[in-house]
Amino acid sequence: MTAAQAVNVPAASTAVAAHAIAPRAGGRPWTFYVLSAVFVFYVAALYGPMICIYILSFQDVRGGLVFPMKGLSLHWFVDLFTQVRTGDVKGAFDRSVKLAVIVTIMTVVFSFLAGLAFRRRFAGDGIVFYLMIGSLVAPGLVLSLGVGLLMHFIGIEGTWYTSAVGAQLSWTLPFGVLVMFAVMSRFDRAWEEAAYDLGATRWQTIRMVVIPILAPGLVAVALFGFTLSYDEFARTLQTAGSLNTLPLEIWTMTLNVTSPSLYALGTVTTIISFLIIAICLGTIATMQKRRASRVPAH
Amino acid sequence: MAARERILGWLYVSPLMLVLLPFFVAPILVVLATSFFQSDGFGGLIANPTLQNYVEIFTSGLTANLYAETIKFTILTWFFSLIIGFWVAYFLVFHVRSPLLAIGLFLLCTVPFWTSNIIRMISWIPLLGKEGLINMALLRIGAIHEPLEFLLFSGFAVVVAYVHQLTIFMIVPIFNAMARIDKRVVEAALDAGASRLDIMRMIILPLSKNGIALGSIFVVSIVMGDFFVIKVMSGGGSASVVGALYEDVGVLQYPSAAASAVVLTIVVTMLVALILRTVDVRKELTR
Repeated sequence: MTAAQAVNVPAASTAVAAHAIAPRAGGRPWTFYVLSAVFVFYVAALYGPMICIYILSFQDVRGGLVFPMKGLSLHWFVDLFTQVRTGDVKGAFDRSVKLAVIVTIMTVVFSFLAGLAFRRRFAGDGIVFYLMIGSLVAPGLVLSLGVGLLMHFIGIEGTWYTSAVGAQLSWTLPFGVLVMFAVMSRFDRAWEEAAYDLGATRWQTIRMVVIPILAPGLVAVALFGFTLSYDEFARTLQTAGSLNTLPLEIWTMTLNVTSPSLYALGTVTTIISFLIIAICLGTIATMQKRRASRVPAH
Repeated sequence: MAARERILGWLYVSPLMLVLLPFFVAPILVVLATSFFQSDGFGGLIANPTLQNYVEIFTSGLTANLYAETIKFTILTWFFSLIIGFWVAYFLVFHVRSPLLAIGLFLLCTVPFWTSNIIRMISWIPLLGKEGLINMALLRIGAIHEPLEFLLFSGFAVVVAYVHQLTIFMIVPIFNAMARIDKRVVEAALDAGASRLDIMRMIILPLSKNGIALGSIFVVSIVMGDFFVIKVMSGGGSASVVGALYEDVGVLQYPSAAASAVVLTIVVTMLVALILRTVDVRKELTR
């Protein structure tokens, strides 16, 4: 829904529009300046608070939860990973990353297949679609409670690598499929038909034509899968069993820990998120660039 | 051929269904069933059908308060995220002239969506606190003499945290809807002598309607289904429907938790259905 579509915004249209809205040559209407201010304010409010806690996490042992900054050290990062009182952060971190990898792989594969299916109507497609939307908007804790009770009735102990995977997929898959919709709407069936005409089998067509063309979109799906799983809270709450994932650990800390180690954890987890985002967006950009350079000159 | 298409379609969505059936449909049904059970008080369930759990919900004055409170936050969050989201999207689509810059700025807005919500929420503490940056700044310039108490651990902080987290859900669909508006329509309107207000009222607003509806579905369903923002940011001052549900779960009162989960799910479904009446979501998403 986001990255994939954003990359494909028709190039010329924005420029034309700006010209249409501001017809005078070079002149900007007053609304431009007002809206620029709104935009700058929004971005500042979006990033400002986050930057504050990153800065505050580098205080020394005297540090508190608010400015001014007291000293400069890595004390709270060490504290985070060595203190018992802050819980098993290392283990939670480890589990969250593994869980996110499992969920990402399943999200990419399942969303891709569902995207293929939804290109044409098939009997009962509406049911699948609205089940998916239902799964997306259903309150996370309600589903979490339901999965927990279900496991209880069946008599299986829920764990982060079984029930939590399923509960998270019920959240990441609808997002993944929505991104696939956006990606698929720009996929030209003619390429696929050309492959069939040349004698390719269905599997060969998917492997050698469809997947390479859709690759940037699939990376975007992976980005959604990983980050939504890695930060998922409500649906994991009743389904992860006895061992915490990182968001559950952070949640416990917000209620118990009133030291900058909470901020340190915020900094660490955000660095991971940013790394993933950078890798995914970088991969998409590289693919687009290579693709552009491969187009032969007419 | 048609039968073949159908089989193939279902084959492709079967992994999706294999997730949705056990992890969406079944849990909802289990919650529905549990809501008619009785609790033995120790986390066990007595399968003796009763309406007692629902009677308690509808006769308790607390329920009305919880819903009033939750709906108040939902409306406030929806209103502010819509206003901000609409103008940010409008700015990016119609005012930024370089398409590359527009995409860059759009991505700048979306990046925090892929980071932890809880961390983004607690990051308001050093700003809004009694000794936070905003109070310190206001004290220094002499605008106030006492620190403002209402900034943190209050309804204000709850709305700030929600708008901070959820405006992106407005920006993305509205941005997509606006980016699809044929710019020649706008030019034609200008040529025909329309004012900029007319263009907004008669072209841009109607054509972004679907995006607004889609964003509203996200914002409304997320705020209605959330509890940790209200719990942390109100400092315990405000309660929420899901918060109360979670307390029930905490004391192992599964049947009453399930009953309030059912009521909440019905309310959210009705709100979403109300929004869906104004827009064909499927057409909007798949075209």
